[in-house]
Amino acid sequence: MSKGTVNINVHHVTRIEGHGNIVLNAKNGKIEKLEWQVPEAPRFFEAMMRGRSYEDIQTIVSRICGICSISHSLVATKAVENAIGVKVSEQTDKVRLLMHYSEQFQSHVLHIGYLVAPDLFNAPSVVPLVAKAPDAVKTIIGLHRLANEWSDLIAGRTTHPVTLRPGGMTKVPTEAELRALQDRIKKCVPDLKVVADVVYSAAGNLPNFERPTEYVSLKQDNPPTYTFYHGEIASTDVEDTVAVNDWKTVANEYVVDQSTAKWTKWHRDSYAVGALARFNNNAELLSPMAKAIAQKFGLKKGCCNPYMNSIAQLAEAVHVIEAAIQLIDQLLTKGVRQETVRVNPRAGKASAAVEAPRGILFHEYEFDRKGTCVGADVCIPTNQNHANIQKDFEKLVPEILDEPEDQIRLKLEMLVRAYDPCVSCSTHMLDVKFVR
Amino acid sequence: MAKPKIAIFDFACCEGCQLQIVNLEEEILSLLGGADVVEWREAMSEKSDEYDIAVIEGSITRLEDEERLKLIRSRAKVLIALGACATIGGINKLKNNFDDLDEVKKCVYGRAASKPHLHTGPTKAVGEVVQVDFCVHGCPIDRKEFTYIVRSLLMGKKPEIPDYPVCVECKAKGNPCLWQYDQVCLGPVIRAGCGARCPSNGFRCFGCRGYTSNPNVDAAKDVITRYGLNIDDLKTKMVLFGSKQEPTIYE
Repeated sequence: MSKGTVNINVHHVTRIEGHGNIVLNAKNGKIEKLEWQVPEAPRFFEAMMRGRSYEDIQTIVSRICGICSISHSLVATKAVENAIGVKVSEQTDKVRLLMHYSEQFQSHVLHIGYLVAPDLFNAPSVVPLVAKAPDAVKTIIGLHRLANEWSDLIAGRTTHPVTLRPGGMTKVPTEAELRALQDRIKKCVPDLKVVADVVYSAAGNLPNFERPTEYVSLKQDNPPTYTFYHGEIASTDVEDTVAVNDWKTVANEYVVDQSTAKWTKWHRDSYAVGALARFNNNAELLSPMAKAIAQKFGLKKGCCNPYMNSIAQLAEAVHVIEAAIQLIDQLLTKGVRQETVRVNPRAGKASAAVEAPRGILFHEYEFDRKGTCVGADVCIPTNQNHANIQKDFEKLVPEILDEPEDQIRLKLEMLVRAYDPCVSCSTHMLDVKFVR
Repeated sequence: MAKPKIAIFDFACCEGCQLQIVNLEEEILSLLGGADVVEWREAMSEKSDEYDIAVIEGSITRLEDEERLKLIRSRAKVLIALGACATIGGINKLKNNFDDLDEVKKCVYGRAASKPHLHTGPTKAVGEVVQVDFCVHGCPIDRKEFTYIVRSLLMGKKPEIPDYPVCVECKAKGNPCLWQYDQVCLGPVIRAGCGARCPSNGFRCFGCRGYTSNPNVDAAKDVITRYGLNIDDLKTKMVLFGSKQEPTIYE
């Protein structure tokens, strides 16, 4: 019925974090309006941090996002430590990394299992899938529960961690607790294979669409690691990495009328961050099982099909499990002890970066000599993807404009979901308006 | 009898409280088995204008959001405020401490700050715009408390929310007092019900559940004095979640 005349207006795309709209107006095959809009209420976190103590920063910024609260808390703590000149112990660094893995796992399982799977199986939400595939849903629920209990143990809570403080941790798990966690993580490996098989059975429903773009992520050379937490900024467009403190030369943020979230660009009109970006920069460093998953789905380095981001997440979920098992071994070999932390703040300004589940995340802070925050700047992964989503729309829509309106709408919504956007984050935002 | 219809809506917030509902995992099915969830944007594609119980997450910062909230209130028999942003305005209220909101906007958006879509007013808790029937406190909410409140309502009972301070639960757990470790902890004046989660992890209470209805201000002053601190030390901590709450300890 479309014949190239379509009116799509998805006001507040569902099954994503935050508010975003898709608008497509096309008449007789000519696109009149095609926009990815972000109307989320702006919240002004950068201003809210001013005047607050260095001790309170991670508590405030954690609230930028409920789904990636651990990434925000971790990167803030690192940036604060860099700014006021505090080094942390090897144990602290490892326990924090283990906390970060719990969030990658939680977020990827949530995204693949609860938010993306319904599209692959033609369902409006995960609820009808309970009746269709009860065992698969139970398996996903079990994995999600494990991820949450893992966060509870290391971060003190599932969301908004309370064990991080500049200089160290307020509490670390006991060796017995770590052993029990490691046992549970080892036991979930067969469950992950079940989930991979279920996704594989419907992977044919992932649209076949490609658009070459720039992929940006962290890269760690010493030792070479598939990194979420250390390293410098890498791009698929250039050889050399950029130091984290120079992130503004990468992000080049700007404000557009269709969005309360800022947009970014580097070597092209847009770039992408997230699991696929990490994969495209670091794939050879994945764990053996994660590599096998990528191979099973035909995911190769250089992939530029944004819908494959969910598959890269699946590979990463497996990688994180294998990496966490090793990390707990390392902690147990050295022995775990409660460390006391003393911090004397000084004036300073610095940045830090981590990979949030949906992409690279930058925080920058400046403090006076008493440790009071005098400046803050936060650049969120979803913001770095907004321009890329718009450019994907502009290539995708002409290719599918002859398809039925429902099909176009679904593909656009699935595209947005594939980026796993976190819109609250990006305004510190999702919604589809569709008029063909 | 028809099952009550529940709808979940979000305003300015991090959506972490909705995530706690998702985190109920299989329990969500038994809890909500007694009800019909008719709208929940974060988790489902279905939408509806007919519901009995409206659950509101987030704080209110724009006129258009106030209008949307009033409409929801007019359709719902029972309205529940979910989490600190909804119950007390939460961390979003930090921006209300700036005298000039235009300055706040410039700080984040620079020269683009005057663009109309970036307009926002002072942050309000849900109760400052419409009548709230029940509060699920905390940042984020406690999953067990949410289950208890919803289950009570579905059974036609009034849920009991603690109105004593966090110190009570913290002492019962046998935790060492964090004031002895140089942490400015708000346990003496903040509403319990969280099981003293943060102090139990060695982290000071920063007040996400809001004050008890009659906070013991004198006791809090005694504690400050005993540890050689002054009221300003306390203010800087209270402001995180306590901004513009009444009554405040430093009146």
